[in-house]
Amino acid sequence: MMRLPRFRYLAPTTTQEVAEVLASEGPDAMVVAGGTDLLPNMKRRQQTPKTVVGLKGVAALRESQNGTGLRLGAGLTLTEIGEDPRVREHYGALHQAAVQVASPHLRNMATLGGNICLDTRCNYYDQNYEWRKSINFCMKKEGETCWVAPASKRCLAVSSTDTAPALIALGAKVHLLAARESRELSLEELYNNDGISYLTRRPHELLTRVELPDATGWKSTYWKLRRRGSFDFPVLGVAAAVKFDAGGGVADARIVLGAVASSPIVVSEAAEMLVGKELTDGVIEEAAEKAGRKAKPMDNTDFVLHWRKRVAQSFVGYALRELRGDDMSETRWNTAKIRFGD
Amino acid sequence: MSDGFNLIGKARRRVDGRSKVTAGTDFADDLSLPRMLHCKLLRSPHPHARVKSVDASKAEAHPGVHLVMDWTDLPIEFGILPVSQDEQGLTEIARFAGDPVAAVIAEDELTAFEALDLIDVDYEVLPVIAEPTDSLENPEPRIHDYGEEGNIHKRVSLRFGDVDGALEGADEVFDDIFFFQGNTHLPMEQHASLAAVDPQGKLTLWSSTQTPHYVHRALARVMEMDPAHIRVVAQPNGGGFGGKSDVFNHEMVVCKAARVLGRPVKIALTREEVFYCHRGRHPVLMRFRTGVTKSGKITGTKLQTLVDGGAYGSYGVASLFYTGALQTVTYDLPRYQFQGCRVFTNKAPCGPKRGHGTVQPRFGQEIQLDKIAHKLELDPAEMRLNMLAKPNSLTANYLRIGSIGLGECIERVVKASGWNERYRNLPDGKGLGLACGSYLCGAGVAIYWNDMPHSGVQLQVDRSGSVTVFCGCTEIGQGSDDVLVGFVAEVLGIEPFDVRCVTGDTGMTPVDLGSYSSRVTMMMGNAAIQAAERMREQIATAVAKELEVPAGRLVFANRRVFDAQDPEKGMPFRKAVNRAEAMLGTLGSTGSYAPPRTAARFKGGGVGPSPAYSYTAAVVEVDVDRTTGWISVPKVWVAHDIGRTLNPVLARGQVEGSVYMGLGEALMEEQVYRKFPSKLSGAYVHKEPSMLEYKSPTALDMPEVFTELVEDPDPNGPMGAKEVGQGPLLPIMPAVANAVFDAVGVRVDEVPITPEKILRALDRKAKGEEGRYGPESFPEVRWPEPLEVPPPWDGGDGRAVNDPDRKRAAKLAEVKSS
Ligand SMILES: Cc1cc2nc3c(=O)[nH]c(=O)nc-3n(C[C@H](O)[C@H](O)[C@H](O)COP(=O)(O)OP(=O)(O)OC[C@H]3O[C@@H](n4cnc5c(N)ncnc54)[C@H](O)[C@@H]3O)c2cc1C
Ligand code: SF4
Repeated sequence: MMRLPRFRYLAPTTTQEVAEVLASEGPDAMVVAGGTDLLPNMKRRQQTPKTVVGLKGVAALRESQNGTGLRLGAGLTLTEIGEDPRVREHYGALHQAAVQVASPHLRNMATLGGNICLDTRCNYYDQNYEWRKSINFCMKKEGETCWVAPASKRCLAVSSTDTAPALIALGAKVHLLAARESRELSLEELYNNDGISYLTRRPHELLTRVELPDATGWKSTYWKLRRRGSFDFPVLGVAAAVKFDAGGGVADARIVLGAVASSPIVVSEAAEMLVGKELTDGVIEEAAEKAGRKAKPMDNTDFVLHWRKRVAQSFVGYALRELRGDDMSETRWNTAKIRFGD
Repeated sequence: MSDGFNLIGKARRRVDGRSKVTAGTDFADDLSLPRMLHCKLLRSPHPHARVKSVDASKAEAHPGVHLVMDWTDLPIEFGILPVSQDEQGLTEIARFAGDPVAAVIAEDELTAFEALDLIDVDYEVLPVIAEPTDSLENPEPRIHDYGEEGNIHKRVSLRFGDVDGALEGADEVFDDIFFFQGNTHLPMEQHASLAAVDPQGKLTLWSSTQTPHYVHRALARVMEMDPAHIRVVAQPNGGGFGGKSDVFNHEMVVCKAARVLGRPVKIALTREEVFYCHRGRHPVLMRFRTGVTKSGKITGTKLQTLVDGGAYGSYGVASLFYTGALQTVTYDLPRYQFQGCRVFTNKAPCGPKRGHGTVQPRFGQEIQLDKIAHKLELDPAEMRLNMLAKPNSLTANYLRIGSIGLGECIERVVKASGWNERYRNLPDGKGLGLACGSYLCGAGVAIYWNDMPHSGVQLQVDRSGSVTVFCGCTEIGQGSDDVLVGFVAEVLGIEPFDVRCVTGDTGMTPVDLGSYSSRVTMMMGNAAIQAAERMREQIATAVAKELEVPAGRLVFANRRVFDAQDPEKGMPFRKAVNRAEAMLGTLGSTGSYAPPRTAARFKGGGVGPSPAYSYTAAVVEVDVDRTTGWISVPKVWVAHDIGRTLNPVLARGQVEGSVYMGLGEALMEEQVYRKFPSKLSGAYVHKEPSMLEYKSPTALDMPEVFTELVEDPDPNGPMGAKEVGQGPLLPIMPAVANAVFDAVGVRVDEVPITPEKILRALDRKAKGEEGRYGPESFPEVRWPEPLEVPPPWDGGDGRAVNDPDRKRAAKLAEVKSS
C-alpha cells in the first residue's frame, strides 16, 4: 500500500495551543482534522508537512451554538452537520451540500473546517508520486509547467469543496484564530482564484468556526453534478439562496458556483436580476444563462470540458425552479441519486 | 427447482460466507511470516525505453535496504501462453509507463519506497506507439521482436462458406462500425504475493492468483528449478474477473528475492499498480457487414476486428480469436467470415476480462440487430426468437451446442418488462432496449497442449464422518468452494458443514487449470461428482453387506445411508464410513474431467469450443435528458439460462454482479491514456489510475434488477449446470445502447455511452445529419488469405481446405508413400 512519509505529530488540546504551535512551527506545519484530504495527499507526496498538528483533541472546535443565526465549530463532522435539524430546517443548501460530500464513511471523519480548507484539485496533480514524476510534475508541486494550460502563469486547479458555495450563498463568515491577532471575514474573502494559494488564510491561522446569519425568509438549495451517486467530488456545484417578499417576488438572492474555478464563483449579475421579479420560466432561463456564462471550467476534472460548460446553465435552472417550488425530485434522483424532504 | 436433490437448487449460505464478512479469510496481503521483508518496484516513467544501465549503489546504501535487483537478475522470459513468452520479472525494455525495471527489498514498505528514488536508471528513450493506427502505420520501432510483422502481433482470417455470395443474395446489407473502449477489472483486492524458501531450499509462493497451476509452471522456468520443489498457493482472491489469471512479474520478483536473501519477501501492490498489471478488456474497433432477408433472417456476416493489445502478449492470441468465435452460437448464421488483427501499443497489457474477447463483438452484433429490426420494421425480440440457433447442433464454425434456453430467456424478460406494451411507446426520453448473449462453460482446450485432465478432485473420508475434498481450483469470490462442497455433500447425502475443502494449492491438491473461462463449475463439478460417486460406491458396498440389501437400493441423504424401500433400515453416515474403512482400508477416491473432443479441426479452431454454452437475455430501461444528455438506468430485467441452478443465492449474485459490471462498462468505465506534448514532456500515461477517478458505479447507482434463472439442463453439465459467472454481462452494454435509441432516437455505437456523446448525437440529428456518435471508419489492414472451412451443411468436416500446413503435410505423406 501507499505509505505516509515521515513527520512529527503534535496533539494540542486547546485552540490557543494550536495557534501557538502554528506560530512557532511556521509554514512547514499543517493541521489535520478528519484527514480525509490531507492524509491521501501526504501519501501521494502532494503535501509533505514536517509537522502535523492534530485537531482531534481540541474540544472547542466541536461546539455549535444558536444565536440570531447559527455558529458551527470547524471540527464538527459532515455527518453531524448533515444530521443537525437546525441546519436542515434553516440552511437547506448547507444540509444538501454536506450530505453529498464524498461517501458516508468519509463524512464520519470529514470536518466542516477541512472541507472549507480542502486543497484544490486537478487530475494532473491528484496522482501518486511516480505518476507525477513521469510527467515531470507540474507547477502546483515540484514542477514548472501547468499541463492544463501550458501558457498559464497561474495554477488552475479546481476548488472542489461542496459546502463552501452553499455557505457563501447563505452569507457565512469564518473566524480565524492566531496566536496574536484573530480576525473574522466573509467566507467569500477566504478564497483566492489561484490553484496554489487558494486561501487567504495565513499558515499560522486556525479556522475555528463558521457564523451563519439569521435565515428568516430565505430558501436555499444546492445542486451537485458528478458522475456517480456517491463518492465523487463535484464537477459543478450550484448553490442558490432566495429571500422572497410577501407577494412571492424575489427580495434578495445569491447564486454561487462551485468547481468551475480555483475558488467558488459568486455570480451577482444573475442573482441581482432576480430581485424584484417573480421566478417565471423566462426569468429563470435568463438568470441561468447569465450564471452559466460565468462557468469557465478547465479540462482537469471528470467529464468533457465543453459538456460541463454547457450543462452549468441547466443546473442553475434546476436550482431556481426548485426554490420556486417545482417538484424537482425526479431530476435530482436521476442526476444525484438522492432524495430530499421525505 | 429441487427435483429430488438434497441440496442442489436450494438457497443456502455459501460455505465461506461467514469468514468473508467477519474478516476470517486470509487474503494474500493478510499473511505475515517471521523475518519477512517487503518489496517495492521501480516502474518506468517512460512509455517505451531501453534500460541501458541501473546504478543501485545509493539505494543499496540506504539504511534498511537488503537488496536491489534489475532485469539481469531475472533474465528469463515468461508469459501465460506458450506462444507469447514475452515478459521479464524486471524488464530490460520498458514497454509502457509503469513497466517495472528494478526492485528494492527492505525492512519495511516505506524504506523500500524511499530507496526507489535513489536508483539511477539510464534509459534510451524510444518513440511511442500510442494507438492501434500507429501500430499499423509504424512497423518501427517494434515493441516486440516477435509477432507477425512490425507491431502487428497476430492476424487471423477465417471463412466459413461463401459469405460474399450470401451478402450478394441478401435483400439488404447492413454495414456498421463499432468501438468498444478498454476497461479494467477493478477487483476490491489489490494483488499481493509472499514468497518463502524453506531450509531445504524448497520454494513456496502464496499469491492472489486465479491460476496457480500456470504460475507454478512459469516459476519453474524462470527460477530454473525442478517444479517438484515449488509450491504455489492461491490465497482466496478478493475478486479476480480475469485480472489475476496471468503470471505476474511481481510474483517472479519476490520468489527470486526470497531465494537470494533466504528470508520471506512480500509485495502488496497499490491500486495504481493494479491498473498497470491490467490484462483487462481490449479496446476493439469492429466492422460488421451482415446480409438479411426481408423477413429478418441472416444470410451471412463478415466481421473485422482491430484489437489493441497493449504492451504484451498475455492471453492476447486467444482474446483475438474470441472476438470472432461466438457470433454463431446465438442465432442461425449460415455463412460467416472473421478477420481479426491484434496489435502492440505502449499501454498496460490487455488480457482476459469477464466475457473474454466476446463482449466487444457482442456489443456490435446486438446493436446491429436492433438497427436491422428498426429498418425492417420488426420487433427486436420477435426477430431474435425467429432466428435462434438450434439445440444439439453444430455451428458454421464447428462449435457444438447442447441446450439453448435463449428463447425462454427472451420470453421471460419480454413479459417481465412489459416489452410488448412499453417498447416504442414510452414518453420521449424514456426507452427500453433488448439484447442477448452467450458464453462458454470452460475452454475446450488447455492453455498449453497436453492430454491430461483439466480438473482433478481427491476425496478423503475420515472415521469421524468428516469429508475433505482437495482440488486445485481457486476461490476468487465467485463461490467455487461452495460449488465443490455442494456437489460432494449432495452425492454423499451429508451437510456442506461436514465437508472441508482444500483448494488452489499445487503442493496439496490435484491440478485444476484455474478460475477462468467459466470452466470451474463445469469441469471441477464433473470431477467432484465422479470422485464423490466413487466414494459413495465404496461406502455402499460395505453398508450393503452389513444391512444385506443390494447396494443399488441404498440412498444417501440426511447424513444417513438407508434402504430406499425401508428407510428405517440404515445407519448414520459416520457409521457407514466406519464399516467401509473396516472393510476396504483407508478411504479415498479421485475424479477428473476433460472436455469432449472438439469438432473444429482447423487452425484457430481451439478457441470457442466448450462443453456447453450459457445464454442470457436482458431488457434495460433508460432515462435520457435531451438538454444535458444525462442518462440513468432505473431498471434492468435479465434472464439467464444456467442449465441447472446449484445455489440460487450465488447464481443470482453472479447475475446481478454482471449487471453491475455491465452498466459500468456501458456508462462510464474506460482505461484511457493521456499523451503529453513531446516538446514539453513526451509522457504517455494512464489517465486515471485511481479508484476515485476511474469511474465505476457505486451501490447507489445500481438500478433495480429483476433476475430470472432459466433451467435447461445441459447433458455435459454437472447435474445439468452451465456457467453463470460471465454470460449475464454480455447483453447489458448493447441493451443500454438500444434503449438510448428507443428513448431519444439516436445511436451511440461505442462504449462508454456518456451524456456528452448522447448530446453530440442529438446535436447532429438536430442539424439534419445522422443521429449517431461512434467510429467512422475501419483502417486498412493487410489481411492474410482466409482459411476456407466449409460449414457442416456445405459438406465440410471441420478442416480447412486450403491450410498451407495441411497441404504441406499431405504432400510430405505423398512423397513418403511414393
Ligand atoms: C474519495 C474522496 C471523495 C471526496 N469527495 C468529496 C466531495 O464530494 N466533496 C468535497 O467537498 N470533498 C470531498 N472529499 C474531500 C474531503 O473528504 C472533504 O473535503 C472533507 O470535508 C475534508 O475534511 P477533513 O476534516 O477530513 O480535512 P483534513 O484532511 O483534515 O484537512 C483538509 C485541509 O484543511 C486544513 N484544515 C483542516 N481543518 C482546518 C482548520 N480548522 N483550520 C485551518 N485549516 C484546516 C488542513 O490542513 C488541510 O489542508 C473527498 C475525499 C475523498 C478521499
Ligand atoms: S492546474 Fe496546472 S499547475 Fe495546477 S495542478 Fe493542474 S496541472 Fe498543475
